[in-house]
Amino acid sequence: MNFIEARKLVHEYIRRDEEGNVESIQTALDHVDIDVKPGEFVAVLGHNGSGKSTFAKHLNVLLVPTEGTLWVDGKDVTEEENLWDIRKNAGMVFQNPDNQIIASVVEEDVGFGPENIGIPTEEILKRVDKSLKSVGMLEYREHSPNKLSGGQKQRVAIAGVMAMEPKCIVLDEPTAMLDPNGRKEVLDAVERLNQEKGVTIILITHYMEEVVRADRVYVMDQGKVVMEGTPREVFSQVDTLKKYRLDVPQITLLAHELRQAGMAVPKGILTRQELVEALCQ
Amino acid sequence: MSMILDKVDYKYSPGTAYEKHALREVSLKIEDGQFIGVIGHTGSGKSTLIQHLNGLMKATSGAIYYNGEDIYDKDYDLRKLRQKVGLVFQYPEHQLFETTIFKDVCFGPKNKGLSQKDAELKAFEALRAVGLPENLWYQSPFELSGGQKRRVAIAGVLAMKPEMLILDEPTAGLDPKGRDEILDQVAKMHREWKMTVILVSHSMEDVANYVERLIVMNRGKVMLDGTPREVFAHYKELEEVGLSAPQVTYLMHELRRKGLSVDVNATTLEEAKDSILKTFGAK
Amino acid sequence: MLRDITIGQYYPADSVIHKLDPRTKLFATLLFVISLFTFRNPVGLGLAAVFMASFIWLSKVPFGYMVKGLRAIVVILIITALFNLFLTPGEPLVKFWIFSISQEGFISAGKMAMRLIFLIIGTSVVTLTTTPNALTDGLEKALRPLNAIKIPVHEIAMMMSIALRFIPILVEETDKIMKAQIARGADFESGNLIKKAKNMVPLLVPLFISAFRRANDLALAMEARCYHGGSGRTKMKPLRYQKRDGIAYMIVIVYFGVMIAVGIWL
Repeated sequence: MNFIEARKLVHEYIRRDEEGNVESIQTALDHVDIDVKPGEFVAVLGHNGSGKSTFAKHLNVLLVPTEGTLWVDGKDVTEEENLWDIRKNAGMVFQNPDNQIIASVVEEDVGFGPENIGIPTEEILKRVDKSLKSVGMLEYREHSPNKLSGGQKQRVAIAGVMAMEPKCIVLDEPTAMLDPNGRKEVLDAVERLNQEKGVTIILITHYMEEVVRADRVYVMDQGKVVMEGTPREVFSQVDTLKKYRLDVPQITLLAHELRQAGMAVPKGILTRQELVEALCQ
Repeated sequence: MSMILDKVDYKYSPGTAYEKHALREVSLKIEDGQFIGVIGHTGSGKSTLIQHLNGLMKATSGAIYYNGEDIYDKDYDLRKLRQKVGLVFQYPEHQLFETTIFKDVCFGPKNKGLSQKDAELKAFEALRAVGLPENLWYQSPFELSGGQKRRVAIAGVLAMKPEMLILDEPTAGLDPKGRDEILDQVAKMHREWKMTVILVSHSMEDVANYVERLIVMNRGKVMLDGTPREVFAHYKELEEVGLSAPQVTYLMHELRRKGLSVDVNATTLEEAKDSILKTFGAK
Repeated sequence: MLRDITIGQYYPADSVIHKLDPRTKLFATLLFVISLFTFRNPVGLGLAAVFMASFIWLSKVPFGYMVKGLRAIVVILIITALFNLFLTPGEPLVKFWIFSISQEGFISAGKMAMRLIFLIIGTSVVTLTTTPNALTDGLEKALRPLNAIKIPVHEIAMMMSIALRFIPILVEETDKIMKAQIARGADFESGNLIKKAKNMVPLLVPLFISAFRRANDLALAMEARCYHGGSGRTKMKPLRYQKRDGIAYMIVIVYFGVMIAVGIWL
C-alpha cells in the first residue's frame, strides 16, 4: 500500500473582498496524482509558485484539499479524527530554520513534539537522545539555537520531527536559506535517516543537485505534475526541464551539450564519474 | 579613481571575552569598473569586509581611501560615501517599507537631498534597469513574488546612482529563474552604467560565469586574489577551507588524469565544452 | 549596544543555584525584592549584600558578566539618583544657584541607587541561572491556581517563552534593517523628536512585517508538531521539588525574617 496517495488533488486559494464576494481564485494544485511508497525517497521539484509547497502542506493537513482525495498512511485527510495521527506520522521541516525552533535550548525544542502528543517523561528523554544522535547533534543538546549555524539549526528541526517517531518526513525547501556546507549537512542527515531508519522522505526543492540522491522525482509546474521518473529519466530530458525554468546540474548540462555537438555521450548523465567514464571509453 | 584598503583590521567586542578577529590586515585595491566576486564560507569575514567599504563598520586599525581621500578623516562625510558605494544586503526585500514600489525606490535619492522630481527620475531609471514591468510600479511592494521584491530592493539602492555596487548574496533563496534574472541584470548594469560591482556569493558556478576578478576570504584574510581561472587552479587549497571549484573544473582535472589533454583551467561550461570538443576533434 | 543586555539571558553552568527548582528561585526573588524595600539602615543593606553575594558565588556566574547587565539601566539609575539628590528636603550641605543638596538627599540617593542595583543583579541571578523554558514552566506551575478564575496560564507561559526565544533574533534583525536603511541614506540620529519619530518608519515597518511573518511561520511549525494547547501535554522536564529546594526555602525565609526584624528594631 502507498504511504501517500493523491488522486486528482485540487487546491484553490480563494481571495474575498470585504463583503465576502470572491475576488480571485488561484489554482495552486490542479488535479495532482502523486504516490509515495513506504521507505521511498521522493523529490518534488519546481520553481517558486509551481505548487510544490502547497502540496507539501497538504501532507501534514496544514491545508485541506478543495477537491480530490489524499490518503496519508491509509487515512483520509479530510476526516477530522485522523488529524493528529497524520501530523504525528508525517512530520514536517520548513524553510526558515529560525522560525520553526520553539525553545531556547536545543534539547527542549526536540522534546516539544513528544510533549504535545503526551509521551511520558522517561520516554521523551530517550527519544530526544536518539533523535539528536541520528542527526549528529547530540553534543549540542544544551546549546542555545541562536548560536548554531543554519545547517545545524535545520538538523535540530529534523531531530524535533524525528522525536515524534514519524514514518515519513516532509521537507519543504529545507536548504534554500543555507550555505553549501549547510546544505550538504542537511542532505546527508536526510539520506541517512532514509537508509538507516527506513524513514520515508519527501523532499521539496528547486535545487536539481539535491534530487540526484532520490529514488523518484516529480516535477511540478503551474500546479500540475509535468514529469515523473527516476532522476536519470528526468535529467535526460534537459530541454523539457529548461522549459519548466529548472536548472540542470552543470555536469548533466555539459554532457547534454557534448551530445548535441555530436559526441557519443549517453543520455541522463548525473555525476562527474559517469561523464569521465563515458568520455574515456 | 579607486578604493584602497590598507591593512584593515577589525575586531568584534575588543578587550572582552567575546573578542573575535573578523578581519586581519586586509589590503586590497579595487579599480574602477571591475566586476569582482568575493567568496568564502560563513564566518570568513566577507560580510564584515563589505560593510567596511561603505563605512557602516569602522576598522579597528588600518585605513581606507576612496578616490584618494581617507574615509576615516574627521572631515570626511560618510553619508556621501554611502551614496557613492551602494550596498545591497542579504534578503534586501526585508527593507521595503513604503506603500508603493515607486515611493520605496524614491527613498534613497530623497535622502540624498534631491528634489521630488529628480528623485522620481532616478527611481524611474532604476526600476527600468532592474526590468520590473511598469504596470507594477504603483502597487504595494508586499504583493510581489520573492524575485520581484528583491529587484525592487536592488532598485532602491541603484536609484542613488552609486559608482560602486556591492551585493551580498543577491540570489539567496531564489529559484534558478529568479537567480539568472538578477545576475543578468547586474551584469548588464556593470556594462551599461560602467559601475564597479562586487558580488558576494556562495555559488562557484555563478561567480565563474560573471566576474573578472575573484577574491577568496578565509579567517579574516584574503587567501587568493585573481581571475577565476587563476583562483580555481588552486582547487585543492579551496577544498581545505571548505570551498570548492566549479564542477567542470574537477571534471577537467579528472579527464587530464585519465590522459586526455584538456584545459584543466576551464571554469565555465562553455570553456569546458570547447576544450573537450577540441581535444576529441583533434584525436 | 542592544547586545549588551544580559537581563533575561541564560548562562550555562553546573551549580546548585542552576539546579534549584524555578519556583524556588521565583519565590526567593520575590522575598528578596520585598526585603530591599524594608531596610532603612546600613545593617540591612549589608545583610542584603551578603545574602546576594553568597548566591552569586554559589551560581558560578562570573560577577563581571552580571554587572554588564547594569549598563542597560545606567540612565534610569542616574535619573533616580539625581531626583533623590536634589529633591529631598533637609539641611542643605551644598548650595549653588537654585539647587541644593541636603544630607538626607545624599543618603536617600545612595539608598535608592543601591536598591536598584541590588534589584537588577538579584533578579538577573535568576534569569542567568534558569533557562527561559524552566522559568516559564515555573511560572506556569506556580500560577496554576489562576486557571480556576479562567486565566489561560499555559498560553501566557507559552507566549512568554516564545517571546524570550525571539527577542535576540529580532534585536539582530533590527540591527540589520537599520544598517540597510543607513546604506540607503536614512538618518536615525539628527532632527527633533517629531522628525526622529518619522525617521523610524523605515525601520519599524519592515520590523513589524518580519515579526508577523515569523509568527505565522512559527504557528504553522507548532501546529505541524501537533501542538494543540496545554491539555494532554506531558513534560520533558517536569518540575519536582528536591531536598535542596526545601533547604533553600528555609534559608530565604530566615533571611526575610531577619531583614524584617532589622528593619523594625534597628
